[in-house]
Amino acid sequence: MTPGLWELVLKGIWTTIQLLVLSALLAAAVSFVVGIARTHRLWTVRFLAGFYTEVFRGTSALVMIFWVFFVLPPAFGWQLVPLWAGTLALGLTYGAYGSEIVRGALSAVDPAQKEGGVALSFTPWQRMRLILLPQAVPEMIPPFSNLLIELLKGTALVSIMGMGDLAFSGNLVRLALQESAEIYTYILLIYFVIAFLLTRLMRGLEQKLKAGVGKTPTRGVSAHELKRAETTGVGASSGGGVLG
Amino acid sequence: MKWDWQAVADFMPQFWDGLLVTLQALALGSVISFALGLVWALLMRAPSRWVTWPVGVVTEFVRNTPLLVQLFFLFYVLPEWGITFSALTTGVFAIGLHYSTYTMQVYRAGIEAVPVGQWEAATALNLPVARTWRVVILPQAIRRVVPALGNYVIAMLKDTPLLMAITVLDMLGQARLFSQENFQFTEPLTVIGVAFILISYLASLLLRALERRLVH
Repeated sequence: MTPGLWELVLKGIWTTIQLLVLSALLAAAVSFVVGIARTHRLWTVRFLAGFYTEVFRGTSALVMIFWVFFVLPPAFGWQLVPLWAGTLALGLTYGAYGSEIVRGALSAVDPAQKEGGVALSFTPWQRMRLILLPQAVPEMIPPFSNLLIELLKGTALVSIMGMGDLAFSGNLVRLALQESAEIYTYILLIYFVIAFLLTRLMRGLEQKLKAGVGKTPTRGVSAHELKRAETTGVGASSGGGVLG
Repeated sequence: MKWDWQAVADFMPQFWDGLLVTLQALALGSVISFALGLVWALLMRAPSRWVTWPVGVVTEFVRNTPLLVQLFFLFYVLPEWGITFSALTTGVFAIGLHYSTYTMQVYRAGIEAVPVGQWEAATALNLPVARTWRVVILPQAIRRVVPALGNYVIAMLKDTPLLMAITVLDMLGQARLFSQENFQFTEPLTVIGVAFILISYLASLLLRALERRLVH
């Protein structure tokens, strides 16, 4: 590995991080809009939001990327810069997964809280903003953390379209050196480190948000299971949603 | 936007070939991930830290890194070590390995959900460890987790197009081949997009039916 090749890998990391941040922002926006729309009182809004979720969860992220890269330009006569095309495809796909998280967390809030809001004659939007969301958002963090890792793994897909992300830089180095074991090991390790940092970041965020509503973070396991987990050496792993 | 039905008709023979490969990869990948996931889950319950720690680290690593790069790794590195498989075999193995690190968590949750009384009863009846697992714990644990495993089959379906990156001609691979030969991108890509939505929707209906049967 020469310094020049490392520079290539660094550029790849930068592209991957840019793509990750942008598509995570889009996915978060889509998750909240669609997830809240699924609790709307008009059935047409609920139906449209549900339809969106089914369609985008039903198709493969890679097929979606191909579609955005190859079908959108001739259909609408404009072409997106690769970074924005990747952001659009990943954000819309993972946003559909995220909307299920938002919907689940909103419906898990104690109904008495909503009724209290009605009794105090809050408007629906005030109830959502002041009562439901502050309690639901901390509960969303562990599943969102898992989704963020999935999104990080999803960003590697854009390398198939020739975008110079981390996985793509790995392919370039392999072609340059005619040797693959070393570079792919490095690439996998770099992805792993990014994923680890993201998990830490989300755990900190969860702690902060839960402190805001007077709770301590739980790892989604009861005391009994925790004890067994300790005795068998199984670390309490990445949050709930395994059986989702 | 121009939509050419003739292109759809021309693509259909290739589409069926691709669908067959996709379903093959999905079926074999599922079998591998179910078997390997159970192995990981059981190893994680081993009494020695010398077993649980390496298994934990390796599976955590595989789970948190992109399947695409793992595919490249297996596809390009194994031949350098003198092991050659067909692209499809490599892909199926990579998918199975990747998803086994998810199914192991499902099995773990299932095993932990078996009431402690069952373990105690097995001890009281003096059942050997292997028999306790085989006839008491696993039948109850696996029954509980079938729906969750089914969810991962659907997730795997949506990751099979990645095999295209290592030259496997699955649905997406066929669609790309067709578009490059005929310069028609819209039709084949839309056809397979709809096919994915239909298959995963049907699979989720099937899964819901299965879930109802297992619960009652």
